[in-house]
Amino acid sequence: MKALRIRNLKKTYAGGVQALRGIDLDVGEGDFFALLGPNGAGKSTTIGVICSLVNKSEGSVEVLGYDQDLAPEAVKSCIGYVPQEFNFNPFEPVGEILINQAGYYGLPRVEARRQAEHCLRQLELWDKREEQARSLSGGMKRRLMIARALVHRPRLLILDEPTAGVDIEIRLSMWEFLRAVNADGTTIILTTHYLEEAENLCRNIAIINDGQIAERTEMSKMLRRLHQQDLIIDVVEPVEALPEIPGYRLKRLDACMLEAEVTAGRDLNGLFEGLLAAGIQVLSMRNKQNRLEQLFLDMVQNHRERSA
Amino acid sequence: MRYWTAFSTIVIKEVLRFSRIWVQTALPPAITTALYFIIFGTLIGSSLGEIEGLRYVDFIVPGLILMAVISNSYANVVSSFYQAKFQRNVEELLIAPVPPWVVLWGYVAGGVARGVVVGLLVTLVSMIFSDFQVYSIGITLTVFVLTSILFSLAGFINAVFANSFDDIVIIPTFVLTPLTYLGGVFYSIAMLPEFWQKVSLANPVLYMINAFRYGLLGVSDIPVGLAVHIILGFIIFLFFVALYLLKKGVGIKS
Repeated sequence: MKALRIRNLKKTYAGGVQALRGIDLDVGEGDFFALLGPNGAGKSTTIGVICSLVNKSEGSVEVLGYDQDLAPEAVKSCIGYVPQEFNFNPFEPVGEILINQAGYYGLPRVEARRQAEHCLRQLELWDKREEQARSLSGGMKRRLMIARALVHRPRLLILDEPTAGVDIEIRLSMWEFLRAVNADGTTIILTTHYLEEAENLCRNIAIINDGQIAERTEMSKMLRRLHQQDLIIDVVEPVEALPEIPGYRLKRLDACMLEAEVTAGRDLNGLFEGLLAAGIQVLSMRNKQNRLEQLFLDMVQNHRERSA
Repeated sequence: MRYWTAFSTIVIKEVLRFSRIWVQTALPPAITTALYFIIFGTLIGSSLGEIEGLRYVDFIVPGLILMAVISNSYANVVSSFYQAKFQRNVEELLIAPVPPWVVLWGYVAGGVARGVVVGLLVTLVSMIFSDFQVYSIGITLTVFVLTSILFSLAGFINAVFANSFDDIVIIPTFVLTPLTYLGGVFYSIAMLPEFWQKVSLANPVLYMINAFRYGLLGVSDIPVGLAVHIILGFIIFLFFVALYLLKKGVGIKS
């Protein structure tokens, strides 16, 4: 069964802005799916329609086999939503926010309390349950929104930039948590501007641009399409003269740092062998740019040119 | 059962909300009413004669109680729902499987709860200054609750259309307060010239205050049956308007 099935989804806002121009999208059950796109591409509108926050102009949305028009409450019951901006009552205590949300989904008070405790403990917010939400730090507020979205045990979790503005330590712990949620069988749809987040977490990806799906594929296939990787190489000893290594182009960034262009299909052994032959010892190596970032920019650019 | 849980959750949330800020919600009407009784009831009222066979201080009791109920029911829903819109936590309800009518009744019940709490407080204050006996408990409670429902619905509609905090103050200040003051809280319309008596009949608050006065004291300028029907008519009308707005997502959905 598909966790999400969207057909010919269109949205024109009151001012005449056409945000979605006929989107078709399938997300399999259990998937960790990235929905990426530049600002204003239509990601948030798409998510808004799925979550019943935006009225669609045309098309259909099915969630886990339930049609949004025919069974709106069944669709809503399946979804947990973490929005981009904080949208809880800042004056409400943290615990109450979760208990109320569970109540809206029909969980009786006793079960709601139990489930709220479970989620708050998972997200390390249990000690803050009595405090007003406004007193939490930015990272805690993000975690509160995730806890709230999970309190009714949704089968589809939609995360709209869940780690925006949080430090790297919290981000990594949230990634770990989300992987565990996904491993438990919850389908996750993620939008993010941190492309390494999508690359690390997601198995499938769709890129939305100008209200249309520009690309929808597996993450691994997408990354294989990269024509060229730019690598930054730190070396042990200063390099005076760059060696000529056939098939690879080297640039000297400073005495102990080189940049290597590696075209698709070439392995890295040749590069290392060439460097070793020239007496250069490699200390460490990393991608100059996130791989998905490179592809994303190329793809969006190509789509714009085609549309033009 | 699921709907009942959602409904009771909204009501509990609303009751906790206004209870937490009781200094802003419950205390001011009690103090204001006490001042009205001291100034109008005791100081000025003592020099006035009887109205419809009642001491002036007794005559104004129903109006003052209902005035507090009207303004507090309205204020509770308009401020709570507008804040939920402003802070976007209304999305918590929009994404949940709660039908619009449950959301609406939940907020209305919250408004009624505050109306009841404030109404009881004001009644207690009234009992310090007046020794009235309740004429008909059934009519008193019916009008009390129906009025509270009506103004909770009105507050909800105001919140739906409000785009700023100014918008939730304009209607209570420029419409609700004049209608309440001119609705016979402090006087009987029989005291007005004939023309103004007829004009007063166009004021819906007049019917509520008179029906409530009948329940509490047994006197009214208006037939009670007519008053109750008018209140019910307004409730039905406002309920369907509010429900339509909520279903359409006016002011809350793009």
